[in-house]
Amino acid sequence: MSTATDRPADNLRAGDAPTDAPPSAAARRVGGIAGWVDDRTGAAKPFGYVMKKVFPDHWSFMLGEIAMYSMIICLVTGAFLTFWFIPSAGQTIYDGSYVPLRGVEMSEAYASTLDISFDIKGGLIIRQIHHWAALLFIVALTVHMFRVFFTGAFRKPREINWVIGSLLALLAIIEGFAGYSLPDDLLSGTGIRAMEGFVQTAPVIGSYLVFAIFGGPFPGELIIPRLYSAHVLLIPAILVGLFTAHIALVFVQKHTQFPGPGRTNENVVGYPVMPVYAAKAGGFFFIVFGIIALISAVVQINPIWGYGPYDPSPVTAGSQPDWYMGFADGALRLLPGWLEFTAFGYTLSLNIALGALVLLPLVYTVLGIYPFVEKFVTQDEREHHLLDRPRNAPTRTGIGMAGITAYSVFMFAAGNDIMAIKLGMSINDITWFFRIGLFVLPPIAFWVTRRICLSLQRRDRDTVLHGRESGTIIRTPEGRFFERHEALLPEDQWILVQHDPVAPLQLPREVDDNGVARPGSRRDRVRASMSRFYFKDAVNPVTPAELAAAHHHGHEVEAIEAGGETAQVGSSETAERH
Amino acid sequence: MNALAARRRHPAAIAVLIMLGLVLTGALYAVVAPEPADATSSAAPAQSVEEGRNLFRANCSSCHGLNAEGRSTGNGDTVAGPSLAGVGAAAVDFQMGTGRMPMTQPGVQAAAGGQIKFTDEEIASIGAYVASLAPGPEVPSDEAVDPTLGDAALGGELFRVNCAMCHNFAASGGALTRGKYAPGISADVAPKHIYEAMVTGPQNMPVFNDTNLTPESKRDVIAFLDAINTQESPGGMTLGSLGPVTEGLFAWVFGLGILVAAAVWLGSKAA
Amino acid sequence: MNEQDTPHPGTEVTPTEGSGTAVRLDEGHVIGEGGLPDRFTNPGLPHHVPRMADQDEGAARRAEKQVATLFGLSILGTLLFIVFYFAISVEQTVYVPGIGTTSASNFALGITLAISLLGIGLGAVHWAKTLMPDTEVVEERHPMRASDESRQRVVDVMAEGGETSQITRRPLIKYTLGGALGLFAVPIVLQVAGSLGPMPQKSLSLTWWNGGPSGPGEEPTFMPMRLMRDPENTPIKASDVTIGSVFHVMPEGLLPDPVTHEGGAEHPLEEKAKAAVLLMRLEPEKITSQKELDWGYEGIVAYSKICTHVGCPVGLYEQQTHHLLCPCHQSTFDVTQDCKVIFGPAKRPLPQLPIDVDAEGYLISTAPFAEAIGPSFWERG
Repeated sequence: MSTATDRPADNLRAGDAPTDAPPSAAARRVGGIAGWVDDRTGAAKPFGYVMKKVFPDHWSFMLGEIAMYSMIICLVTGAFLTFWFIPSAGQTIYDGSYVPLRGVEMSEAYASTLDISFDIKGGLIIRQIHHWAALLFIVALTVHMFRVFFTGAFRKPREINWVIGSLLALLAIIEGFAGYSLPDDLLSGTGIRAMEGFVQTAPVIGSYLVFAIFGGPFPGELIIPRLYSAHVLLIPAILVGLFTAHIALVFVQKHTQFPGPGRTNENVVGYPVMPVYAAKAGGFFFIVFGIIALISAVVQINPIWGYGPYDPSPVTAGSQPDWYMGFADGALRLLPGWLEFTAFGYTLSLNIALGALVLLPLVYTVLGIYPFVEKFVTQDEREHHLLDRPRNAPTRTGIGMAGITAYSVFMFAAGNDIMAIKLGMSINDITWFFRIGLFVLPPIAFWVTRRICLSLQRRDRDTVLHGRESGTIIRTPEGRFFERHEALLPEDQWILVQHDPVAPLQLPREVDDNGVARPGSRRDRVRASMSRFYFKDAVNPVTPAELAAAHHHGHEVEAIEAGGETAQVGSSETAERH
Repeated sequence: MNALAARRRHPAAIAVLIMLGLVLTGALYAVVAPEPADATSSAAPAQSVEEGRNLFRANCSSCHGLNAEGRSTGNGDTVAGPSLAGVGAAAVDFQMGTGRMPMTQPGVQAAAGGQIKFTDEEIASIGAYVASLAPGPEVPSDEAVDPTLGDAALGGELFRVNCAMCHNFAASGGALTRGKYAPGISADVAPKHIYEAMVTGPQNMPVFNDTNLTPESKRDVIAFLDAINTQESPGGMTLGSLGPVTEGLFAWVFGLGILVAAAVWLGSKAA
Repeated sequence: MNEQDTPHPGTEVTPTEGSGTAVRLDEGHVIGEGGLPDRFTNPGLPHHVPRMADQDEGAARRAEKQVATLFGLSILGTLLFIVFYFAISVEQTVYVPGIGTTSASNFALGITLAISLLGIGLGAVHWAKTLMPDTEVVEERHPMRASDESRQRVVDVMAEGGETSQITRRPLIKYTLGGALGLFAVPIVLQVAGSLGPMPQKSLSLTWWNGGPSGPGEEPTFMPMRLMRDPENTPIKASDVTIGSVFHVMPEGLLPDPVTHEGGAEHPLEEKAKAAVLLMRLEPEKITSQKELDWGYEGIVAYSKICTHVGCPVGLYEQQTHHLLCPCHQSTFDVTQDCKVIFGPAKRPLPQLPIDVDAEGYLISTAPFAEAIGPSFWERG
C-alpha cells in the first residue's frame, strides 16, 4: 500500500512481516471488560461463534427480519402505551380535548386511549407506530412464509422451524385481535360481539364457554382486562420464546441459500456477521423503524375517536376486523344460512362454527403439517440447504398458489361492502361471485401456476441446449437467415441445470412370491399416487450428454459462429469441439 | 445555432410540441367557447305556485305525472316517479338542490351532484307548488340548521345510533342491498340539505320526522357532522375513513413495497 | 416420465446420420459414454468484481462523506424532535398538502423521529455496501446430526439412569408416578376454568322486556313496558311513528338520563345487548304475515335489533324495499315477511316483540320475546 509519505528507504522493509497496530486505549478497555465477563462465563466461545457466522445475501431473506423488527417495535411502543392505557371497563364521563365526545359516557379504556391520542405529547405517534408496526409485522411474516414455502426451505432440517413459524403466525393474529380490541371502541367492540356470537355456537359447550370468557353476560366488565392480560403478558411471552427458538435454529442450522456458482449443499456463501451483517442487519432495523415512523407521521390508522365508545346498539357501515382476521370474517359472510340445523331442541350452527371455529385452526394446521406431507410423498431423507427455484417444484408452487387464492377469496369477501360502494356494484352480486369463486378459482390457480412453472422449466432447458438468443441475424452464403445463439456463461448455465431430476415413485411389488401382501403396501399405493400427482409431468434439467447431442446436431450452424464457444461442460476436457 | 434549434431533433422534441399544441388549443377553447345554453327563463323571480306548476309540468311531470300524482312505467308495478303529495317543499329543495332530480338516468338510486340546472328561485317555486298539493315538511330556517347552535357530542351519540350503520362512522358512505348505497356526507353538503334529507327520507333512507328526531336533535347531528368534517385527520391521511380495509391495503401495497425496495437496495452490490 | 427418456417429435435434438461420436437421445439416458459426466458440475465462485471504493481512494472518501452525512442527518432529526417536543403543544394543528389539517405534534414528531432513525439505518447500510469488505466468504456446513458417539453416550446415560433409579424394576413407583403427574394439573386448571364466569342459567333466553334485569340467576316477572327512544329515553306515541320511519328502541327503565347519566339499569350494556329493538311502520296491506299484523299495532311493528347470525345490531332499514340489512355480514331480513332471512348467512328470522298502545297512546310491549334473541346456541330449543 502506498501512502503519501513514501520514502525510498521504505523498500528495505518490503519483506518484513506485517505488524498490527497496538490496540488503542478504548480497545484495551473493551477487551478488559470482555475478559472479565469471559473469565466468569466462558462467553468468548459462543460470542465468537455468532460473530463469524456467514449469512447469504438475498433481499427475500430480509422479509423475516422485517417481521422480527416490527415485532420488536411493537414490544417497545407497546410497553410505552401501558404507562397511559387503563385496561378497565369502568364507566367515566369524558372530559378531554376531543370536543365531539365531551360529556359522553364511556369506559376508562376508551377514555385513556383518547387521552393518549389527544392529550399526551407524542401519544398519538406512539399509538400509530404501534398499530402500523403490528399490521406490517403480519404482512411481513406472511410474505416470509410464502418465500419459505415456495423455495422449499421447510425441508429437512428445518421442519421444526416451519412448525414454530406456523405457531408464531397464528399467535400473531390472535395478539393483533386482542390488541386492537383493547380501546373498546365501536368497531372493535362489534368484532368482540361477533366473537361472542360465534363462540356461543360451539356445540354443547358454547353458552358456558362464552360466559367463561366474558365472566358473565356480554359484554361484561372483565373482557377488557382479560384481553389486556392476553395481549401484554401471555401471548407476548409465548411469542418471544418461540421466536427466540426460531432465530436460534437459523443460527445453528445456518441460513439456506439460493443455488448459484460456488454455492453447494455443503457450504454457505455470504458475509460474516462482523462487520458486514452487523451493519446491514442492524441498519435495516433502523430503516424498518424509520419507515414505520414515517408512515405513522403521515397516514392515520384506527381513528378510535371517530368510531365512538362501544355500545351494543349502534354500529358502523363497513365493519371489518383488521386485515389479518379478514379471512375469518369473509368466511362468515360467505357461508349460507341453510347450514344451521335444529333437532330435538338443539341447534347446530355449521354456518358459523365452520367459518369461525374450524377455519382458523384448520388453516394453520394444514400449513404446519405440509413439510411432513411432502416428506411422505418424496421419501427424501437428505438435508436441503440449497433452495428450490419455485419453477423447479411446479406442483408445490401450484398448491401454494391455490392455497393463497382460497385465502384471498375469503379475505376479499370481508371487504365486499367497501367494494360495493367504491366500484358501484351490488353487494349481493359480489357475495355470490366469491361464494362460487371459492370453489372455482383455486383449482384454476393451481393448474395455471403449474403449467407456467413447467413452461418456464422447458424454456430453461431450451436456453441451455440452444443458447441465448443474441439478436444478431446471420446470413449464410447460400442465402439462409438464422439468429445466432450465444452460449451461456457457466455461472448462468449452472443455475439452470443444478436442480435434481425427479420422477414419480415406482411401486415395489405388492405381494411376494407366495401371494402374501407386503405390510404397508396400501400406504405405498397412496404414496405412489400422490407422487404421480407431484411429479408425473416433471421437466428435468439438461445433462451434459443432452447438451453435447444438441450441439452436435447444430454443428453446421455452430461452425459459422466463429470462436464464440466457451467450455460447455463444466471442467470436463473431453467435451466435443468443432 | 441557438440552444433550442440544436435540440430540434431530440427524441422528446415531438412530444413537447404536441403538448404545447394541446395546451394552446385547450386554452383558446376555454377563452373563446360559448357559455352553455341556459334553458331557464330569466323572467321575474316570482316565487309563485303558478310558476312552480309550469316548471313542474315542463321538467318533472313525465315521470311524476301531470299533477304530481305519480306514474308507473307500465311494466308491472314499477314506479317511474312516486306521488309527491305530502313530501313538502323540503323534499323538492333537497332533491333538486343536490342535483338528484331531475334524475339523469334510470337506476337503483338517484345520484347526487352533476350540474344543477335550476336557480334557487326556480327550485323554491317548484317547492311552493308541491307544498300546495298537501301539507309536508318545509325548508328549514337558517337558525334550525346552524351548526354553531348544536351540541356536537349529543349529535354524535344520535348519529352513531341512527345514521352510522348506513353512512359509516365518519359519514364516508356505506353499502345497501342490490347496488344501492348511503352516500358520504362531505363538508360540501349544505346543512339545510342534511336537515331536509333527515326529515323527508329520500328514496330508501328512512324518514326521521320531528317526532323521531326533534329539530334540536337534527341540529345536533348537523353540528356533529360539521365538527368531524372540519377536524377529520389528526393522525394524517385518512385513506377515505373507510376503516381497516383501506389500512390493510395501504400496509400491503405501500408498507411492504417500500420495505422490500429497501431490502433489495440493501442486498445489491454497490457500484 | 421425464423428458430425458422420451424423444419428443419436433424438437431439435434428433440424431444426425453418420457422425460416429454423436450421442443419440433415443438410446435412453446415457451414462459415462464418451467421458461425459452425469450432471454438470458447479463452476465455482465467480471472480470478485471490486467496487469503486475498493479501487479508488477518492470514491472511498466520497462514500465516507455520504455515510457521515446520513449519520449527521440522524443527529439533526433527533435534535429537531427534542425541539418540537417542547415547542409544539398537543392542540396545535397544521395544514399539510396531501393530508389536510392534521395534528402538528404528531406530524412533526413522527417526521423527525423517522429522519433520526433512517439516517442511522441508511448510513450503516451504505457503509456496509461501499466500504466494508464484499468478498464473499465461504463457511462449511456439517451434518446437523450429532456424532454416533454422542448419541450412544446419551443412550447409555439415560438407560443407566433408568436402571439405577430402579423404576424399571419397581412398577408400583412407575404407575403411581404416572397417576400423580397426570393429575396434579387438575387443581390449577379447575380453579381457572371453573371460576372464569358464572353459569348462564336462563339469561341467554331472557331480556329486560321480560320484566327487568335479566342476568344469570334473575327471575323477572313480566309487566308491559313503554318503548323508549334510544338514546333520548323518551316514550313513543303511536302517532309519532309515520310510514317509512324507523325508531331505535329500548325498554322503559333501562336507559339512564342522557344528560345527567343517572338512573337506568345496573348493567346497562349487558341489558342493551339483548333488549335493543327496531320499530317501523308499514302499510298494513304490505305485510303478508298475519302473526306479524297481530303482534303489531296498525302496521307499526317491533323487532329485535340483534342479528340472529352473530349478534351485530341490524340497523339498516331500507324504507322502500322494507328490507333490514345487517352491516357486519350482510344478512338481509324482509320486514313484510315477518323478518324472514332473504339473503346472507343468518338462518333464523328476527324475533318480534308484541306491542300495543296504552291509555295515553304510548306504545307498550304486551309480552316479552317468544324466543331467545340474537345468535343461536346449542340448547336454544
